[in-house]
Amino acid sequence: MVSFTKEQIEVPKSDEVKTSSLSVLFSRLLKPGGKNVGDFIFENTTRLFAFILLSLVLLMAYEMFSKSLPSIHKFGWGFIIRTTWDPVHDEFGALPFIFGTLFSSLIGLLIALPLSVGIAIFLSELSPHWLEQPVSLLVELLAAIPSIVYGLFGIFVMTPWLRDKVEPFLGNHFGFLPLFTGPPYGFGMLAAGLILTLMILPIIASISRDVMKAIPGSMREAAFALGATKWEVIKIVLSSSKSGILGATLLGLGRAVGETMAVTMVIGNTPGISSSLFAPGYTMASVLANEFTEATSDLYASSLIEIALLLFVLTIILNAAARFIVWSVTKKYKADY
Amino acid sequence: MKNKIKLILFGLIILISSVTSAQMKLNGAGATFPYVIYSKWFDVYHQKTGIEFNYQSIGSGGGIKQVIEGTVDFGASDAPMSDEQIKQFKDKQGSEILHFPTVMGAVVVTYNLPGVGKGLKLTPEVLSGIYLGQITKWNDSRITSINSGWYLPNKAIFVAHRSDGSGTTNIFSGYLSKISDAWKTKVGQGTSVNWPVGLGGKGNEGVAGIVKQTSGSIGYVELAYAVQNSLPYATLKNKAGNFVEPTFENVSSAAAGFIKNMPADLRVEITNADGKNSYPISGFTWLLITKNMKNKSKAKAIVDFLKWAVSDGQKYAKDLYYAPLPKEVIKLEEKKISTIALK
Amino acid sequence: MIGTLYYRWRKIKSFIMSSLCFLSAILALIPLFIIFYYTMSKGLSSINWAFFTQMPKPAGETGGGMANALMGTGILISLGSIIGLPVGILAGIYLSANRTTMFARAVRFLTEVLNGIPSIVIGVVAYIIVVIPMKRFSALAGGVSLGILMIPLITRTTEEMLNLVPHSYREASLGLGIPRWKTTLFVILPAAFKGIFTGILLSIARVAGETAPLLFTALGNRFWSTQLDQPIASLTVFIYDYSKAPFDDWNRQAWAAALVLIMLVMFINILFRFVTRKRYA
Repeated sequence: MVSFTKEQIEVPKSDEVKTSSLSVLFSRLLKPGGKNVGDFIFENTTRLFAFILLSLVLLMAYEMFSKSLPSIHKFGWGFIIRTTWDPVHDEFGALPFIFGTLFSSLIGLLIALPLSVGIAIFLSELSPHWLEQPVSLLVELLAAIPSIVYGLFGIFVMTPWLRDKVEPFLGNHFGFLPLFTGPPYGFGMLAAGLILTLMILPIIASISRDVMKAIPGSMREAAFALGATKWEVIKIVLSSSKSGILGATLLGLGRAVGETMAVTMVIGNTPGISSSLFAPGYTMASVLANEFTEATSDLYASSLIEIALLLFVLTIILNAAARFIVWSVTKKYKADY
Repeated sequence: MKNKIKLILFGLIILISSVTSAQMKLNGAGATFPYVIYSKWFDVYHQKTGIEFNYQSIGSGGGIKQVIEGTVDFGASDAPMSDEQIKQFKDKQGSEILHFPTVMGAVVVTYNLPGVGKGLKLTPEVLSGIYLGQITKWNDSRITSINSGWYLPNKAIFVAHRSDGSGTTNIFSGYLSKISDAWKTKVGQGTSVNWPVGLGGKGNEGVAGIVKQTSGSIGYVELAYAVQNSLPYATLKNKAGNFVEPTFENVSSAAAGFIKNMPADLRVEITNADGKNSYPISGFTWLLITKNMKNKSKAKAIVDFLKWAVSDGQKYAKDLYYAPLPKEVIKLEEKKISTIALK
Repeated sequence: MIGTLYYRWRKIKSFIMSSLCFLSAILALIPLFIIFYYTMSKGLSSINWAFFTQMPKPAGETGGGMANALMGTGILISLGSIIGLPVGILAGIYLSANRTTMFARAVRFLTEVLNGIPSIVIGVVAYIIVVIPMKRFSALAGGVSLGILMIPLITRTTEEMLNLVPHSYREASLGLGIPRWKTTLFVILPAAFKGIFTGILLSIARVAGETAPLLFTALGNRFWSTQLDQPIASLTVFIYDYSKAPFDDWNRQAWAAALVLIMLVMFINILFRFVTRKRYA
């Protein structure tokens, strides 16, 4: 006499479950010995490792939080708006670094976005089929270049170019704008922003391309049938891809915000808030890279870890928002893919 | 599956190799100031004895911090540890920390001005003015008045300083604090200070790099870094009123005045020294050694190295642009070396 | 009449905008070629057999090589894989088998979170949880930080690839009486293996280029070292140290090392593209 468990009788929630319940039924019938030890071990091992992953992330958050407590107690929320960074007098404030991170990432984004969307349009709508794969590959190779190599390129090639040609030109012709004031060091916000452009461009471009390709061909065909030009069709595709591109932008921003080596090597490493692109700056990631191993006083170390915590939280927010948007858009069109 | 097996095998090989290594290995970290001579010393010593001293130049601040945390076997710093840091060390590691001077060096003011060679004259007032951001152009009258006959262009002065915790910064800011009240109150002395102006570079090599690549820049580095890079350096006006170059004799002369009152723990600053020819921004650099190391064979290796460093090692100093230690200091050190617990 | 003129204007506008898009593609690729060009021209001259087999020389002396850095990167990647692969693959298997439970959703979300965390933050954490308790900088600490970086990519790839295997494989296997766990391990996993392997390759390419976390964990080593509890040299930190130095010879070596690193990473990426290309044919 065979007895059925509740699991086996219950209406399954999805196709996959239905099938395996049936299979489970059969396999249990064929092995009347009872509970399957192998399954138990295997499934719990995988559950254990999934749990390890979960606890790893929680452990990281916990460690960072607990080690920043001394700084949180001393400065409270004011830490985020204070501007002094003075290890001699044990006075710390994160604003210059938050500013540096956001300003350099913003510059990177402003330049990368139009370029990326242009590339995405080219790859998804304009390019002949034989050109698409190689160009996609090349764009993605930009993402593969290690950060340190970008830094090397930044120090030895880009910065001298900025210092000798670009910044003097901008300063002489547009110097009345606060953006272009100050001595042309070469190192500084502009250099950091340009390097970040190169690094986030491939991310925004590939995701935008995927989003645009996911839009059903019928939409384009309808527009063409009504006599639209290529560009008008592209505009329609773009307007439907808006949220996907937004998601891609947020992902790129998330990457830019956390970028360390390339930025540290060209930004000038001076905490300060200035409206000029030529001014040297400091980002949250850079100050960690430069000063973490030598924070001698406990408050110093704790302030740095608090900056790491702020960076952690910032990237979580950006990535979660991005993933949610991208997921909801590609899901909408998955049926027609 | 096959790849997983290969991976596991490889891992086993690594594990096995990690227990069969027999050489004595010691790890140290710290100052970039003496990196040029330390890398030479450790290389020579390795060829002589086979013992590996792995030294990473992460800055004096890093050296002090990692020594306090106990993650390295020895530290190096051109900023002597403060009383508070010594206490921190004692609390965390349960032993005294000893300072051993290894060489002396000069912190030189280097610059990059087309057409301007070595020997630009600078006074304490001008130097502090530049670093406070008060003097911003090379052809400022305060600079040209002491350098008559030199053509100084109408260019902005790009100031370079350290971005990391540096003993070199400690020596430089200590000197500026001594000669400028404005600097003392506004910025002060430390391994990492709140710079009023300028660009930050990591390590002596970072500052030298900035100066080398940026026309119109000025920075402070250890003499060896300026020479290795063919960068010109300034002649400074010392306490006695003479313009002196950073030579070994002038650095030793700076030390001479302070040696008589050398404290027992060998922590002493020699900036702004009296003496006709004393170079004003000179400094010792120290190795930071635990008095009671838990690993006694490492302690013995360090003791043997120190004895070599203060005797044979000194002969490498001059070629690499460091000043060898004065004899009196060596004598005091030899006594101190014997206090490192070997049992 | 006006209609035709307007139509022509629309056509011209379309042409201009399309050209701009084409130009942006070119503009974006120019830096790629510049970087390759500079790395090649500055680095190629320093690449010789000695560079791959010798140890670094003291500051200021010319010559020497990065043999220990190459070995170090190899060891660090292996350590990272030993930590990252089991966690990634097994967690991926779990996520693929459990689509909708709360726990699975939490794990999936946190995997995405982990993916976005900057590597420097992971380095800081690895310093706190490995270096301080161990009281030393070590290859192990470096391996831990790289492993943590590899986990999210491998987990996500494993889950996606397992989900792509047709249901019929599972049904056939279970129908033959093979237990669930053997089905997953010996039928489904091998079928998805090509995809998972390419995910592993990609994550190796990613961590091979990491510098920031290694600064606080593996530190660096001027000597040859294979011990896991000692600091270890790595290609990326080598490039970083030598690029900052004021010695011309060291700068050239930094470029040469960068060339080697770029070749390695590019090779893995192109391999990956090639292997996955057929999927979309």
